[in-house]
Amino acid sequence: MAQKEYAGVMVDVNDEGYLENANQWTKEVAAAIAKENNLELTDKHYHVLDFLRERVAKGEALTIRSVGKSGVVDIKGFYELFPGAPLKLATKIAGVKKPLSCV
Amino acid sequence: MKKVVILGAGTAGTIMANKLAKMLDRKEWEIEVLDRNNIHYYQPGFLFIPFGIYSPKDVVKKKDAFIPRNVKFTVADILSIDAEENVVNLVGGEAIRYDILIVATGTVPTPSETPGLVGERWYKNIFDFYTFEGAVALHDYLKDFRGGKLVMTITELPYKCPIAPLEFVFLADAFFAKKGIRDKVEIIYTTPMSGAFTKPVATKMLSSVLEEKNITVVTDFYVEGVDEEKNIIRSYDGREVEFDGLVVVPVNLGEEFLASSGLVDDMNYVQVDKGTMQSVHKPNVFAIGDAANLPTSKAGSVAHFAADVLAENIVEYANGKAPSHQFDGHANCFIETGHGKGTLIDFDYTNEPLPGMYPLPGIGPMKLLGVTRLNHWGKLAFKLIYWEFLLKNRRLPVSSKFSLAGKKKV
Repeated sequence: MAQKEYAGVMVDVNDEGYLENANQWTKEVAAAIAKENNLELTDKHYHVLDFLRERVAKGEALTIRSVGKSGVVDIKGFYELFPGAPLKLATKIAGVKKPLSCV
Repeated sequence: MKKVVILGAGTAGTIMANKLAKMLDRKEWEIEVLDRNNIHYYQPGFLFIPFGIYSPKDVVKKKDAFIPRNVKFTVADILSIDAEENVVNLVGGEAIRYDILIVATGTVPTPSETPGLVGERWYKNIFDFYTFEGAVALHDYLKDFRGGKLVMTITELPYKCPIAPLEFVFLADAFFAKKGIRDKVEIIYTTPMSGAFTKPVATKMLSSVLEEKNITVVTDFYVEGVDEEKNIIRSYDGREVEFDGLVVVPVNLGEEFLASSGLVDDMNYVQVDKGTMQSVHKPNVFAIGDAANLPTSKAGSVAHFAADVLAENIVEYANGKAPSHQFDGHANCFIETGHGKGTLIDFDYTNEPLPGMYPLPGIGPMKLLGVTRLNHWGKLAFKLIYWEFLLKNRRLPVSSKFSLAGKKKV
């Protein structure tokens, strides 16, 4: 398994750069991954990241729609916080697995 | 008498009724199937209607013709499920008590979830093909289409039959080529995914077919809404795609009446254990087919394979044991590629579609991830198999369990 150093911490990552072990995540690790993706994290970002981590910990599936309906952030806001492909980017920074599509 | 109630007489519900009618002790158990109507659509056939390959009458039969005689079939609108009281409430006040409930109500294309989709232009130059009405209206539109931009767009995941929109653009390419106007039609495919498909081997193969057919693919496109005036779809990141004709896979949601049941996720899909298909909230509730939140494709083949497992689990539960049979997420689909050819994929929860031979390892005769005439004939033959074998639970020479035998690791 590949390893990578973020904020002085060695973490296990898969070949797409997603953390293999959500327990290795810290706020500092998140900030470092974000920086690598040209993003500076604000409290708003962390609020969304916490929500994603909670949902995944409960074993629930993530979709852009479900994030938009969560009351944490609307879809437009989600795109503004994590531009481009927000779910892919946000899950990477949140240290959880990339949401799997079934097809 | 104890009672099993099955909600929905589509593919999954009908197969379950046929299986349980034979497997449960009928001196002890009665079975009732509820559905809001008595029309069974052969949904894979909807894809062929827009291109005139099937006519509307090819895809319609009566549901009760496929329900065994000793199973009660009731046409009724369901109001709600009271999972605490083990009761299904019908519109009109009647309540139906159950000991075991099987939810097989499928998934509902819900175009109203996307702003601008259902308005003046709906069924004028904006269509779906996942409903009978949509497929028929689209046929009328395409037969008079003289050229321009035809856009196929997927609005949300998951949706029914993930491969169908790809088949649609492949068939559209062949349809316009046959009419001699392919050079006047630009075909564009937009998807919220990062590729034509997400599993790497199949994506590579299908992307090359798209390229060969000169179909433009727009990825990571998550539709915010449709501007009907300007004939534009817009994504949340501000990109715009113009269209003359728009064909859409609407947002798919589970049945509305499930929302208050305490059994579903935020898209109204019943939350079940992905192996046993037992509700994670109530042990006497199970879900199968598109209605369940299984992390595999929403497709008839999944319902078919899952039914073998669920029937065993229901019998165990009916006899006071814990359900022990595990569904592996097995799915397979023929994929029409146009011009009388097709391909085939076979996969499960953990294994992606790979090249090889199916159903007999090394012998086939069907070729996985290869474009052949035989795969096309397989798809056409499937209509008869569906009505005569699959729904009636007659034996088919395919295993419900996924196998890597006959497949090549790439």
